[in-house]
Amino acid sequence: MNNLTHINVKVINPLPFQPAGLSGNADAILHEILALLEAFISTGQNGAIDLHSLPLTAADLELLRATLGDGEVSARIHVIGNTEVRETTYPGVWWLTYYSDEGNVVADLLEVTTVPEILKAPAEDVREGLVRLGDLLGATG
Amino acid sequence: MNEPDTLGAGLAHSGVSRRSFLKFCTVMASLMALPPGAAQAMAAALSQAKRQSVIWLSFQECTGCVESLTRSFDPTLEQMIFEMISLDYQETLQAAAGEAAESARDEAMKSSYGKYLLIVDGSIPTKDGGVYSTVAGVSNHDRLIDAARGAAAIVAVGTCSSYGGIPHANPNPTGAVSVSDIIKDKPIMNVPGCPPIPSVIAGTLAYFVTYGKLPELDHIGRPKVFYADTIHDRCYRRPFYDQGKFAKTFDDEGARNGWCLYELGCKGPTTYNACATIKWNGGVSYPIESGHGCLGCSEPNFWDKGSFYRPLSTPLADNAHIIAAGTLGGIAAGAVAAGLSRKHQTHIGEEK
Ligand code: SF4
Ligand code: SF4
Repeated sequence: MNNLTHINVKVINPLPFQPAGLSGNADAILHEILALLEAFISTGQNGAIDLHSLPLTAADLELLRATLGDGEVSARIHVIGNTEVRETTYPGVWWLTYYSDEGNVVADLLEVTTVPEILKAPAEDVREGLVRLGDLLGATG
Repeated sequence: MNEPDTLGAGLAHSGVSRRSFLKFCTVMASLMALPPGAAQAMAAALSQAKRQSVIWLSFQECTGCVESLTRSFDPTLEQMIFEMISLDYQETLQAAAGEAAESARDEAMKSSYGKYLLIVDGSIPTKDGGVYSTVAGVSNHDRLIDAARGAAAIVAVGTCSSYGGIPHANPNPTGAVSVSDIIKDKPIMNVPGCPPIPSVIAGTLAYFVTYGKLPELDHIGRPKVFYADTIHDRCYRRPFYDQGKFAKTFDDEGARNGWCLYELGCKGPTTYNACATIKWNGGVSYPIESGHGCLGCSEPNFWDKGSFYRPLSTPLADNAHIIAAGTLGGIAAGAVAAGLSRKHQTHIGEEK
């Protein structure tokens, strides 16, 4: 058991937001994405929005998800728990959710970029891979 | 020990991929509300950095603070901090003992003089010549003064080393004091909590290793990146507080409906800590989610402020703006909220 939802208690969402649980923050974030996309296209500047410390209700997140949707790319990265990388229906707008080993969300970001950094193979790791493969072929061939 | 000396090489050496390292930096940057792009800068700076020499002294303490950092779930992101430091002395974790351990510490203090980070957990007893806690015949007081001399900075981990904590509680039989009561000429950061949240310990250490200095501190020495808001500012029960809906006993209708615990003695309104956002046990929950008020464990003298179950009488800190951002509605409020998440940001771009 690593999640409160496994405990059988009556939970009432205490946030008295109107209407239908929206705080207005999802809307603000969507407008910020618009601005980040404009900046990215005109200057090449990458952008990101950290969802972690924003007061978002479940309805806010739902609105964000529904509006941004799922695009063509999704990937999972297995390092100390999962990381989910999903492109939204707006190319260049990515939603990255980082999970701990126990499956809790430890960071949640929207990124505006061609390819999120964590997807790219790091140059040093590529070099080390070359050495390993070379060793393997040297040893067997 | 013959370990690779840049952090990047060290990480590769111990099989930590660069992606997991970037993930660590992303999570830490997010917890500290640094600008989202900071993670990459942090990862780049760290991989070139040398492992930070750390000497960790445990004084009058219960080892809970070390447990908090090391015995959380395994493997954790927080534990990656151990890849970034060279822990040259830590009585609980080191394999060496006796003379060998003592001389390893003296050796590290000499070779990294002026550069090592000194971490202290536990308070320092001063009564009767400090006899109430000694290691190898040396009192905690004298050991602290000796080790502080060559330290670049000191981090007091836990409420005991930060403010005296439980040993300092009435009637304080050992004359326990905090690190900053004794050391006056070094930068000291307090990371209080009984114990502190593991990510908070790891995050502040990662900050020091990245930037070579302590983050911005509040008026009682706590890093603002983690301690700028009260539990009450970020409490999910806050809307009930604002509506005047309070649980009166632990089993009444209000308690069952998850109403505010203020009248049951919650110290959330006067307690600066990150429990409500970072939470405990790998992000599972924090005490108020389990139906118990905050004890105020990251504040000075928390043990002597009357009953944990008596309602606070002090006027509340003026932090109404935070929840206001959530209740105004509309884009303008959203902009306020988005701004809020950046309010703790330091100028990270300039700190490289
Ligand atoms: S008084 Fe305690 S339970 Fe109530 S809103 Fe504040 S922190 Fe939460
Ligand atoms: S909720 Fe309060 S008492 Fe509990 S750990 Fe956090 S600061 Fe300490």
